[in-house]
Amino acid sequence: MELWYSLISLLPFEWAQPGHMFFMKNALLAVLVIAPLFGLLSTMVVQSRMSFFSDALGHSAFTGIAIGSLCGLWAPMGAAVIFALAFALLFTLIRRKSALASDTVIGVFSSSAVALGIFIATLNGGSFTRFNSLLVGDILSVKPSEIALLAAILAVVLILWICACNTLLLSALHPALADSRGVRVLWQEAVLNCSIAVVVTLSMTWIGLLVINSLLVLPAAAARNLARNMRQYHLFSVLGAVVCALAGLMTSYYIGASAGAAITLYLAGAFTLSMILRRK
Amino acid sequence: MSVHKHENCNGCEGLCCLELQNVGVSVGDAELLHDVGFHLHCGEIAALIGPNGAGKSSLFKAILGQLPHSGSIRFQRSDGKKSRPVIGYVPQSPAFDRSDPVSVLDLFIAAAQDWPVFLPIPQKLRDRAVECLARTHAEGLLDKRLGALSGGELQRVLMALALEPLPHILILDEPLSGVDVEGERQLLDMLDELRDKYDLSILLSTHDFATLESFADKVILLRSTVLAVGTPTEVLSSPAFRETFHLRLGKGAV
Repeated sequence: MELWYSLISLLPFEWAQPGHMFFMKNALLAVLVIAPLFGLLSTMVVQSRMSFFSDALGHSAFTGIAIGSLCGLWAPMGAAVIFALAFALLFTLIRRKSALASDTVIGVFSSSAVALGIFIATLNGGSFTRFNSLLVGDILSVKPSEIALLAAILAVVLILWICACNTLLLSALHPALADSRGVRVLWQEAVLNCSIAVVVTLSMTWIGLLVINSLLVLPAAAARNLARNMRQYHLFSVLGAVVCALAGLMTSYYIGASAGAAITLYLAGAFTLSMILRRK
Repeated sequence: MSVHKHENCNGCEGLCCLELQNVGVSVGDAELLHDVGFHLHCGEIAALIGPNGAGKSSLFKAILGQLPHSGSIRFQRSDGKKSRPVIGYVPQSPAFDRSDPVSVLDLFIAAAQDWPVFLPIPQKLRDRAVECLARTHAEGLLDKRLGALSGGELQRVLMALALEPLPHILILDEPLSGVDVEGERQLLDMLDELRDKYDLSILLSTHDFATLESFADKVILLRSTVLAVGTPTEVLSSPAFRETFHLRLGKGAV
């Protein structure tokens, strides 16, 4: 962190001066880790048509935290991750085995999870307000140890991408073709869903449940309008996410709005721009 | 029941050939196929015909190893050794999303190489993809997006993909549906060329009986089991064929 703090003091901002405003410097680093993470995952979420599913995962993560705080587990986060993983696996299986349309299955899961979460959170007359911080998120509260955790997850997702991005793409493009070339499509879906589950759950505290899905959908949605191949798709998605996240953080610092919301608005702006510039 | 009506079907006789014996496929309680048997020699083009729901796709899946089956599906090389064949599969032309940012090169890398498709692609792999595409005269499509390809172009790409690695048997699921007359001619010429060049066995399903005589060495009429097998003329004039398609006769389907 010392290296980061001294690096950042080179920036010409008032908060970047050495010796104070550590929360802002932490937040900046966190954003630089979170944005590429979501930019990367986003490409496959949109390619596999899972935008709605990732939304449902966010809701289930909330339920997990509610369960965690009820049981008084070592940390609600641990319970939330376990619950989100279970939810993702169960969902992958049911979507494959059920004859129902995928959006119906997601709808069923999502609403049940939210209902369960609210039920548990308000049990014995408990107040819901203590969960409000999860809904909006606060990037300024991020601690160095948490940034390290996020960086580790980014590394894991990168490795996953290097190993499995081909088979993930093939499964999303054409399951029958993937099958015929020996790809286990169900397994691919499960791995992708689980990584989304973990990332969404862990970043929820800082980004906010209500806007977290935008980070999983908008970068790739904008990139698709411009990209002609997978290299461009990934590059635009990750770059777009980083630029918008930095802009959002700065905006939120100077005018005092929620960083998660500001980032999302920048992403929405980038999407609009990409629609206009759309490849012909 | 193994069908041995035609001289081509008298076992593998030491030639390179795919041999199905008593193949049955059941999903749950439903028996989709039973007692399916035929031989397919290398360099031979066989057409699988039959009404919808006759089990053509299930048979393909069984051969590809995606569906459990009873009976035996064996491949014998020209030296008489039996081994697992390499099978190239061309699925029914899917409609890719027009917005998919996936180029033909991307599809090739994702399906046939280990190199992660999101990283810059080395020239060597690019050249390899061009070589493969050239087999079906599709090398000019390398940097086109899948969503921007015509039906015929997409089929050539999928076929080139099925030929990498070079298979012993090429299976095509209804390659003639959704292709115009010109595209059909090109496709059939290409199959002929591939079979000569690489000594492939080609097995394709089709509903187009009019062109059978022009390309197929062997026709297999399937409805849960093999009802007839032989040259196109033999099968098209067989009682089993008339019975299976009796409703369509007189409507110009044949």
